[in-house]
Amino acid sequence: MNWQAVRSIYVFEMARFFRTLMQSFISPVISTSLYFVVFGAAIGSRIDQVDGVSYGAFIVPGLIMLSVMTQAISNASFGIYFPKFIGTIYELLSAPVNFLEIVIGYVGAAATKALFIGVVILATSALFVDLQIQYPFAMIAFMLLTCVSFALFGFIIGIWAQNFEQLQLIPLLIVTPLVFLGGSFYSISMLPPIWQTITLFNPVVYLISGFRWAFFGMADVPIGLSLLAIAGFTALCLIAVWRIFKTGWRIRK
Amino acid sequence: MAAILSVRDLVKRYDGGFEALSGVTLDIEKGEILALLGPNGAGKTTLISTICGITEGTSGSVTVGGHDIVNGYRDSRRMIGLVPQEINLEPFERVINTVRFSRGLFGKPKNDAYLEKVLRELSLWDKKDSRIMELSGGMKRRVLIAKALSHEPEVLFLDEPTAGVDVELRKDMWKIVAGLKASGTTIILTTHYIEEAEAIADRIGVIAKGELLLVEEKQALLTRMGQKQLQIDLTTAIEAVPDALAAYKLELVDTGRALLYSYDTRGERTGITSLLADLASAGLTMRDLQTKQSSLEDIFVGLVAGDAA
Ligand SMILES: Nc1ncnc2c1ncn2[C@@H]1O[C@H](COP(=O)(O)OP(=O)(O)OP(=O)(O)O)[C@@H](O)[C@H]1O
Ligand SMILES: [Mg+2]
Repeated sequence: MNWQAVRSIYVFEMARFFRTLMQSFISPVISTSLYFVVFGAAIGSRIDQVDGVSYGAFIVPGLIMLSVMTQAISNASFGIYFPKFIGTIYELLSAPVNFLEIVIGYVGAAATKALFIGVVILATSALFVDLQIQYPFAMIAFMLLTCVSFALFGFIIGIWAQNFEQLQLIPLLIVTPLVFLGGSFYSISMLPPIWQTITLFNPVVYLISGFRWAFFGMADVPIGLSLLAIAGFTALCLIAVWRIFKTGWRIRK
Repeated sequence: MAAILSVRDLVKRYDGGFEALSGVTLDIEKGEILALLGPNGAGKTTLISTICGITEGTSGSVTVGGHDIVNGYRDSRRMIGLVPQEINLEPFERVINTVRFSRGLFGKPKNDAYLEKVLRELSLWDKKDSRIMELSGGMKRRVLIAKALSHEPEVLFLDEPTAGVDVELRKDMWKIVAGLKASGTTIILTTHYIEEAEAIADRIGVIAKGELLLVEEKQALLTRMGQKQLQIDLTTAIEAVPDALAAYKLELVDTGRALLYSYDTRGERTGITSLLADLASAGLTMRDLQTKQSSLEDIFVGLVAGDAA
């Protein structure tokens, strides 16, 4: 392994993040506060409790997941798309590095940024609601896995995309709807039966449910299924990334 | 001397089916400077990109320092520095950071003292904290060179390093290249300027339509080019060159109506004055005179047009 290269990529990518640290910090704080004002105060005053948890606290796991997923995707996809776009990818291609090293560097950096934002949101939420985390280690593990797997997914999108529109397409058309319909702001049990069944085909449901379980000890789907879902998603992304580098798809001419 | 870079029957067909390299074979010795000349679209960049791993060859093989570029890519690539034809740099990055990044990417431990030396030699040290977008075009090109040199490569590829560069900077670039050669770096550069190849290369290669037409010592080429021919048209045809003129090694052409004299333009004396005097005393009268020179340009154009020089 060329760890020196992994470190260089990671440090270089993180530098981009630190250059805009204030932005990276302030925007999740503001958007989280807005969510609490709108959902927590306005709607929450009508919905008293969900499964024995105050509505304000109930939406926290979903809120974190929402940002972590979108941030992981956008950071990772941009991170690898940008060198392709401006041509600096030549250096990666001519360097003595293998696919694993490139992926660890880029995906690691994107996952770190997403994790940072997840933690900021968690801290901001604690200012609004009384949060008790039942299984803190499970919570951290879930958040980490989500950061990594969605960063991997974003990496694939960044390699696939051939222009900026395509870069936005999948997150906008697929990921955001799935996340919003994934039970971020409600419990699946609140839906009519037919929708409950349909919702079970949405992979994001399993992630949010598992994450919420770590907070409150209750979930829409069994925790084992949630673990399986995230592990399966990570494995799928890994295989896809491995194939991409094996074949040089959309990277090497 | 052993070849540090060895290319064998390299073929590159792009996805569309276009064959950009059709069987290139080339050996480059350690420490030499090879200039690749060739018209636009000849395949120069494709050749370099394939050796460096940016594109994949269709068939054939390449070794760098004995390491195969496919099976031993880590060892082969570690030895190579590449300055691409296009200026590809992240506009918001600072010079020093992008150079550090390159060094790390190639697996070398941090060494800011070395990077300082490289940047100073390229007159970039005072710009080390500038953002790329604040630099001029010539400076950006030097940043690309600094990145390529950041990991102490043994073989350096320069793809048109002086394209769009003013005369002064071009001379600077030549000095840099000479300095690198002195420190033992092997250099392969592409250029459209024949004077450039003449000024810095040890050997010159000509490539066109994906084929390497010629690789020759610069000196041998120059000797070929240094030859000039004087044609003397005579008023009356003669049977043979008079014995009195034997020393000039004249050639009788045009059914005896003209004499050809070859001489070296770079010699102290060309011998033309004495030839003309001796011609008159041998009783020959001339009707006309003309000279012809084969330049590298002629050889080049001739080769590229398809008829071998
Ligand atoms: N990615 C690609 N896909 C298809 N064809 C390509 C690709 N890149 C280059 N070519 C073709 O391969 C040929 C050789 O291109 P190359 O860039 O190697 O030329 P070059 O000798 O470097 O030219 P120049 O002096 O203009 O830089 C050209 O005909 C070009 O159109
Ligand atoms: Mg070129």
